[in-house]
Amino acid sequence: MNRRRLFLTTGLFLAMATSAWAAKLDKSVVIGNLSDQSGLYADLGGPGSTIAAKMAVEDSGLTKQGWRIRVIAADHLNKPDVGANIARKWFDEDKVDAIVDVPNSGVALAVNQVVKEKNGVFLASGAASADLTGKDCTPNTVHWTYDTWMLAHGTGRAIVKSGGKTWFFLTADYAFGKALQKDTTAVIKANGGKVLGAVRHPLNTADFSSYLLQAQASKAQIIGLANAGGDTTNAIKQAHEFGITAGGQKLAALLLFISDVHALGLKVAQGLEFTTTFYWDLNSGTRAFSKRFAARMKSHAMPTMVQAGVYASVLHYLKALKALGGNPHDGAKVVAEMKKLPTDDPLFGKGIIRADGRAVHPAYLWRVKSPSESKYPWDYFHLVSKIPASKAFRPLNQGGCPLVQQ
Amino acid sequence: MSPALGRAKPRLPRLANWSGGLGFALMALALAVLPLTNLVYPYFIMEALCFALFACAFNLLIGYAGLLSFGHAMFLGTGGYLCAQAATAWGLPAGLALSTGTAAAALLGLVVGLLSVRRQGIYFAMITLALAQMVYFFFLQAPFTHGEDGIQGVPQGLLFGLFDLSNQTTLYYATLVVFLAGFLFIVRVIDSPFGEVLKGVRENESRMISLGYKVDRYKLLAFVLSAALAGLAGALKAIVTQSASLTDAHWTTSGDVVLMTLVGGMGTIYGPVVGAFVIVAMQQYLAQFGQWVTVIQGLVFVACVLLFRRGIVGEVARWLRL
Amino acid sequence: MAALYGQLLIGLINGAFYALLSLGLAVIFGMLNIINFAHGAFYMMGAFCAWFLLHRFGLNYWWALALCPLIMGLFGALIERTLLRWISSLDHIYGLLLTFGLALIIQGVFLNEFGSSGMPYGIPHALSGGRNLGFMFLPNYRAWVIGFSIVVCFATWFGIERTRWGAYLRAATENPELVRAFGINVPRMITLTYGFGVALAALAGVMAAPIDQVRPLMGADFIIVVFAVVVVGGMGSIAGSILAGFALGVIEGLTKYFYPEASSTIVFVVMALVLLARPAGLFGRTA
Repeated sequence: MNRRRLFLTTGLFLAMATSAWAAKLDKSVVIGNLSDQSGLYADLGGPGSTIAAKMAVEDSGLTKQGWRIRVIAADHLNKPDVGANIARKWFDEDKVDAIVDVPNSGVALAVNQVVKEKNGVFLASGAASADLTGKDCTPNTVHWTYDTWMLAHGTGRAIVKSGGKTWFFLTADYAFGKALQKDTTAVIKANGGKVLGAVRHPLNTADFSSYLLQAQASKAQIIGLANAGGDTTNAIKQAHEFGITAGGQKLAALLLFISDVHALGLKVAQGLEFTTTFYWDLNSGTRAFSKRFAARMKSHAMPTMVQAGVYASVLHYLKALKALGGNPHDGAKVVAEMKKLPTDDPLFGKGIIRADGRAVHPAYLWRVKSPSESKYPWDYFHLVSKIPASKAFRPLNQGGCPLVQQ
Repeated sequence: MSPALGRAKPRLPRLANWSGGLGFALMALALAVLPLTNLVYPYFIMEALCFALFACAFNLLIGYAGLLSFGHAMFLGTGGYLCAQAATAWGLPAGLALSTGTAAAALLGLVVGLLSVRRQGIYFAMITLALAQMVYFFFLQAPFTHGEDGIQGVPQGLLFGLFDLSNQTTLYYATLVVFLAGFLFIVRVIDSPFGEVLKGVRENESRMISLGYKVDRYKLLAFVLSAALAGLAGALKAIVTQSASLTDAHWTTSGDVVLMTLVGGMGTIYGPVVGAFVIVAMQQYLAQFGQWVTVIQGLVFVACVLLFRRGIVGEVARWLRL
Repeated sequence: MAALYGQLLIGLINGAFYALLSLGLAVIFGMLNIINFAHGAFYMMGAFCAWFLLHRFGLNYWWALALCPLIMGLFGALIERTLLRWISSLDHIYGLLLTFGLALIIQGVFLNEFGSSGMPYGIPHALSGGRNLGFMFLPNYRAWVIGFSIVVCFATWFGIERTRWGAYLRAATENPELVRAFGINVPRMITLTYGFGVALAALAGVMAAPIDQVRPLMGADFIIVVFAVVVVGGMGSIAGSILAGFALGVIEGLTKYFYPEASSTIVFVVMALVLLARPAGLFGRTA
C-alpha cells in the first residue's frame, strides 16, 4: 500500500517536474522602464512611467499568486547609443524580459533592433514613429498609445472637416516633425484642404516670432504645429503674444500632452484642439487610476497618455503571461499571446493588438478649456468627439510591415 | 616630413610617465583579461575603449601640441557616419568601412586644420566649435543620416574576411587590438622628433618660430593625425554599437571628451584612457539614478578642477613619486 | 517687402536680447578673463526667480526686474568668492570647466525640482497687447524688450568705459598689483564684477520669462550662441559684443526668413568667417 502510494507520488512528482522543465516556464518577470529621466521628455514619461509600471504590476494581482515581478528604470539621455547599450545590458546581464516606454523615436528605433535581436519584448508607449508598426515592425514589439499617423488623422481630419481648410505648418526640422507634417498634409489634401506653406525650424528654438509672422502673412486659417515639447509650448505662448488667435487664425498642436498645458496655463492654451488617447478625467476608470497615480508622484501631476500607456501595456503583458501559465522568457511567444487576447483596461477601454504590433484603441479630440470653464485643478480638457478604434490608426495593409500578409 | 633635429636622437617609445613598456603591458593585459572575469559587461568596455581612443586623439592635440579643440566631436561623428554608411549602403566589409570612416575624418581634419591652425588659444577653440556646428548641421540635413533616427543596423560582418565580428568575444578582441594599435601610434608620435617639436611649440611658440620651424605645418599635421584617430574611434564605435547618430557629432560630445581628458589627466599618456573609462562608467552605471546623473557629472567636473587638477593619472603619478 | 520689414524688426528685437545676454558674459570675460560657462544657468535662475517671486510672494514682474538681478548678483559674488577665487591664476580652460560643471549642477538640481516642461509666467498687464504697425503686429512687450535692452547696454558700456570706477576695473584687470598698490581693493572689485555679470544674466532671464517658457533647460541651448556673439564682437570689448548681438540678431532673423533650417547654425558660420578674417573678433584686443 505504502509502496504503491510512494510510486504514484514519485511518478506524479517526476511527471510534474519534467513537464515544468520541458515548458521552461517560471514566475519571475523583470520589466525595465527605459525613458528620458532628466531631459526634455522627463515630464511626459520619466519617473511617472516607472510608477505607472509598478501600479500595473500591483493591479495584475500576480504577486499575490507567487510571481516575482521587478520593475527597474534607467535614463537613456535621449541618445540612441546609450539607450541601445542599456537595452543590451538589460537583456544580457539583468534578465530583463520587457522594455517599456522609450519616448524619443530615435532611441526607440535603436532599442527596437536590440529587442528583436535578443528576443525580448518591447512595449513602446512614448515613441511617435509610425515606422515601429510599419517598415521596422518586429514580432517582439507592441506600439501603444499614439503614433504620427493617428495624430495627423485625428487632429487633421477633425479640423479640416470643421472648416479649417487652409494650413500653414511650423515644423521641427527633425525626422519626427517632418513625418508629422507629411502625414497631416496627406489628410488635409484627402479632405479637400490646402497647405499654403510651411517653415522648418531648428529643434529647441526659443523664439518663434519670425515664423509666426510668416504664418500670419500666409493668411492660412490654421497654423499646424508639427513639433513637440519646449518648441510647442514656446510657439503657443508666443502665438498668444502676437495676437494670432485674435487675428482669426487658429492653432493646431499636433502633439500635446497634459504636462504641456499645465506648464502653459489655461489663459494661453485655451481653445487649442488636439488628439490624445487618454485623459485622466474621461471616465470613472481613468479618474480612479489617475488619483492613485497623482498621489504617488512627487509633483502630484496627473498622468499623461504616455504614462497611462505604460500602465495598460504592462497590464496586458502580464495578462498574457498569466494565460501562458508562466514566463517562457521568449519575447516573440509572449507578444503572439498578447495579440491573441483582446485588450481591456479601465484606461483605454476595449481594443486589440494587430499583427503589426499596433495596439488599437479609441482616440479622442479635445479642446483646451478657458480659465472660466475650469472648475477644479487639472480640469483642462473638453471632449469634442471620440474617434472609434477602427478609424483611429493606420489601416493594417498600408504600413509596409513584413509581418502582415498582403 | 621634417628636418631631424640635430640634437635629439630618435628613441624607442618611452610609453609614458612610468617605467617603459611596463605600463602598456599592464594595461593591455588588464583589458584582455577583463571580459573573462565577468565583472563588467563587455559592451561597456568596448564603448569605453572607443571613447578612450577618442580621448587619446584629443589629448594628442591639447596635451602635446597645446591646442584646445572644442569641436572634436565632428571627427567622431564623421568617422562614425561614413563607416556606417560604407557598411550599410555601400556594402563594404568591416575593415574597409573602418578605413573609410578614418579617411573621411582625416580629410575633414585637413580642411578644418587649414582654416584654424593660424589662430591661438581661445580663438582656435572657437573656430573649431564654429566649424563643428556647421558639420553637425550638415549631418542633420543630409538624407543619408536619417536625422535623429540615425543609421541603424550596421552589419558587423567579417573583419579581413576571417574574424566574425557578430561573435561578442571576437568583436571585443578586435576592438581591443584597434585601440591598442591607435594608442601605440600616438605614443610613437609623441616620442618622435616630430613630437618633440610639438612640445616645443606648446611651451614657447615664438621661440620655435625663431629657430626656423614652420610651426603651422607641425600644428596642421598634429591636427590631421588627431582628427584621423578620432575618426577611427568613431568608426569603431559604429561597428560595435551597430549605429551612428547625431549625438556623436553634437557639441556636448566635444564637451564629454574634454571632461574625460581633464578627469584622467591632461598631457599624460594614460590619463585619457582612465578618464574615458571613468566617464563612460558614470554614464552607464548612474543611469539608474535617472535625474541625478547631470548633477553628479557636474560635481565631478567641479571637484576635478578644484582638487584634482592633474587628473587621476597625474595625481597618482605625483603621489607615487613621493 | 513689407514682410521683410517685419522680419528685420524681429531680428532687431532678438538682437537686443542677445546683446543683453552677452553683455554679462563680455563683462566677465573682458574684465576677469573667466569664460563663464554657467551664464546660461544664471539666466535660467533669473527667470525662475521671477516665477518664484510671483508664485510665492505675489510680487509682480516689476518687482522681479529689480530684485532678481540683486539676488542673483549676490549669489554670483558668493560663487566667485568660494569657487572661482581658487583658479584665478590658472589657464582659461579651468575657469571654463569649473563653470561648465557648475552649470550642470544647477541645471540638474532645477530639473529634479521642477521637471522639464516648465512653469507658466505671463506678460505683465501694463505691457500686454500691442499695436499694428502696418507691416506687422508688434506686441508691446517686445517693444519694451528692445528699449530696455538698449538702455541697459548703453548704461553698462558707459559705466565701464567712461566712469572712474570703470577705469579702476579696467586697470585692475590689466595690472592688479599696481592698482592694489594704489589702495584699491582689487579682490573685492573682482567679486563685485562677477556678481554684476551674473546680475545681467539674471536680468535677461527675467526679461525672457514672459516670452520664453520658464524651464530648467532654457539656458543650455543659448549658451554657445551667446559665446559666439561675444567672440564675434571681440572678447574684451563691451561695445563689440553689444553691436555683435544686434547684428547677429538681424542676420539670424533674415536667415529665418530665407533658409529657416539654418537659423541656429548661421551664427556659427558668421563666427567662423569673422575669426578667419579678424582673429580677435571685430573689436577685440589681439590675444
